Amino acid sequence: MLWTIVSFIKAAIIQSIPLLFGSTGEIITEKSGNLNLGIPGIMYVGGISGIIGGYIYEHSVLTANPVLCVLISFISSLLGSALMSLIYAFLTQSLKANQNVTGLALTTFGVGVGNFFGGSLLKLFNESGSISLLTTGSAYKAVLPFAHKTGIFGELFLSYGFLAYLAIVISILASIILNKTRVGLNLRAVGESPATADAAGINVIKYKYLSILIGGMTAGLGGLFFVMDYTAGAWTNNGFGDRGWLAIAIVIFALWKPKNAILSSFIFGGLYIVCVYIPGLSSAAKEIIKMLPYLVTIIVLIFISTKNKRENQPPASLGLSYFREER
Amino acid sequence: MKNFITNARKTSFHISKRSKSALPTWKAWTIRIVSVIISLVVCSLIIVLLTGQNPLEVYSAMIKGSFGSERKFLVLIQNTAILLGISLAVTPAFKMKFWNLGAEGQVLIGGLCCMVLMFKIGDKLPNSVLIITMLISSILGGIAWGLIPAIFKAKWNTNESLFTLMMNYIAIQLVSFAIMVWVPSGSSVMGLVNASSRAGWLPDLFGKKYIINIITVAVLTAVMYVYLKYSKHGYEISVVGESENTAKYIGINVKKVILRTMIFSGALCGLVGFLLVAGTNHTISKELAGGNGFTAIMVSWLAKFNPITMVLTSFLIAFLQKGAGEIATSFNLNTSIAEILTGIIIFFIIGSEFFINYEIKKTKKEAD
Repeated sequence: MLWTIVSFIKAAIIQSIPLLFGSTGEIITEKSGNLNLGIPGIMYVGGISGIIGGYIYEHSVLTANPVLCVLISFISSLLGSALMSLIYAFLTQSLKANQNVTGLALTTFGVGVGNFFGGSLLKLFNESGSISLLTTGSAYKAVLPFAHKTGIFGELFLSYGFLAYLAIVISILASIILNKTRVGLNLRAVGESPATADAAGINVIKYKYLSILIGGMTAGLGGLFFVMDYTAGAWTNNGFGDRGWLAIAIVIFALWKPKNAILSSFIFGGLYIVCVYIPGLSSAAKEIIKMLPYLVTIIVLIFISTKNKRENQPPASLGLSYFREER
Repeated sequence: MKNFITNARKTSFHISKRSKSALPTWKAWTIRIVSVIISLVVCSLIIVLLTGQNPLEVYSAMIKGSFGSERKFLVLIQNTAILLGISLAVTPAFKMKFWNLGAEGQVLIGGLCCMVLMFKIGDKLPNSVLIITMLISSILGGIAWGLIPAIFKAKWNTNESLFTLMMNYIAIQLVSFAIMVWVPSGSSVMGLVNASSRAGWLPDLFGKKYIINIITVAVLTAVMYVYLKYSKHGYEISVVGESENTAKYIGINVKKVILRTMIFSGALCGLVGFLLVAGTNHTISKELAGGNGFTAIMVSWLAKFNPITMVLTSFLIAFLQKGAGEIATSFNLNTSIAEILTGIIIFFIIGSEFFINYEIKKTKKEAD
């Protein structure tokens, strides 16, 4: 019984990491007043770019060096999600396109890129079979040597790949930067009232571009964690599923605060897999239990909107594009 | 990128908004058409890079794949009709700036509602009665899925885009649940329902499938055009969309408009779900709407909420998806290439709107 609970908590934490990357990234983006609905697409691209980078490296050398495997796939993942974020930033900021439509198009595009290269990468290199990066995957999953010898403590806290800890570090850092530094203050000002921020001498467009870029790259790491750590270097089409949309929902659940996102992601991660751990469920009943994360999101949405507390509201200019001459 | 920004600030040129009548319609359309052409060139470049084929051959393969035979053409028109139907359904809500991202789920629940009847009482009713009850239940299902978020939006201003998005997944899980219950083998794929009796199947017109779907959507297009352009409801929708405060000031009951419009929008999505189940697939899966619920939002936006223009935009997207799918199969590549191309075309068209709404002027040199 105890070990069932331990393994449930562990599984929930693993499920929560992509959600945490995604929601932290989206919070950073939304703080500048941009609702990026392209995050699910960016996460797909973050995953597949890592796979492509790792694949090309593993297949160009005889014996792959694990450190280089991690480094190359990590950087190519960041590049992929940065490119995606730039498309969004350029269209919404420089060309003042509608954020929702751009975001949805980006998600269509990104999911397409992920599934296309996931399904065709080997054929493009004239190989057959399915993608499986053994060296890279195991390098991402590497844990401290004594992690499995320290009993429950080790299993619960030490048994994850480095990306899991990075997720938590990034969201704590984001929380500190947003709330305790001048940069964070400026960013929040841009999100609340870009015209006021502009008048105060803040470079609004620069802040918006950077927060979209950094937010997107953070979210992309969630895709990388999924393909490298969770599935150990293998790609299955649509395997990442709807986690990107859940990450956007968690932003509301976390009330736009990165440090709340840690616990929220954990709760959602648990809800996501709880059906596996309830004994005696029929497969039909499991499908009903799988509704939980979405139902909880809806209930939270309603709850927040009825409470209407000021500090729990989204940035005031969320979703609006800023044009100097129009204010 | 950075250069672009700093340049703009250093007053070598600046951007200003065009006044409403500044750009003649033909110029706006030239810009849009040019952007579509550029995007098609970019798309073909990508296909050429991936397949190593001559671009002309790629296009001819796309055209052959979509128009090559009567059957292929009919499938293309049917795909267009479904995408157009969902686009029409989401349009009134969007025009009032209600971000309904739940068309996918509203279609799915419409399909599920009529599938329940088709599967459970398919052999107990005369076919015409069965089809009418199926139609009604689909519409009611769609209404429920659209109305629930609208009620909360009207009452507490609950964020509708996330609410409707979550409703999609609840619909998906309900469909998975139903399939698990109905298909005892646990294979989670439902075969054709009533394949021998054809109970609940829309009849073929002129000896061909899909004709009823196509006619229904064509009628819907005309109705929606008149509804949005000439009816009082259509006027109220556009006022609420422009400014809620103006709407309140001139005595429009905003809450009522939100609820009424979402009932209408959900009902049409449910209707499309009915067409898909009764007229096209005769089965149900989680993929019933196949992402069209999201694509429809972009189709509607690209057409500037004009139902007639929507015929063109949905045809363009449907053609591209069909053609790209053909290329992918013939080169043994993954069919997701269609989504990549759709994304690229939409990027270009939404980008082109900038050049319609704004103009870039050279700034006269000022003494520093």
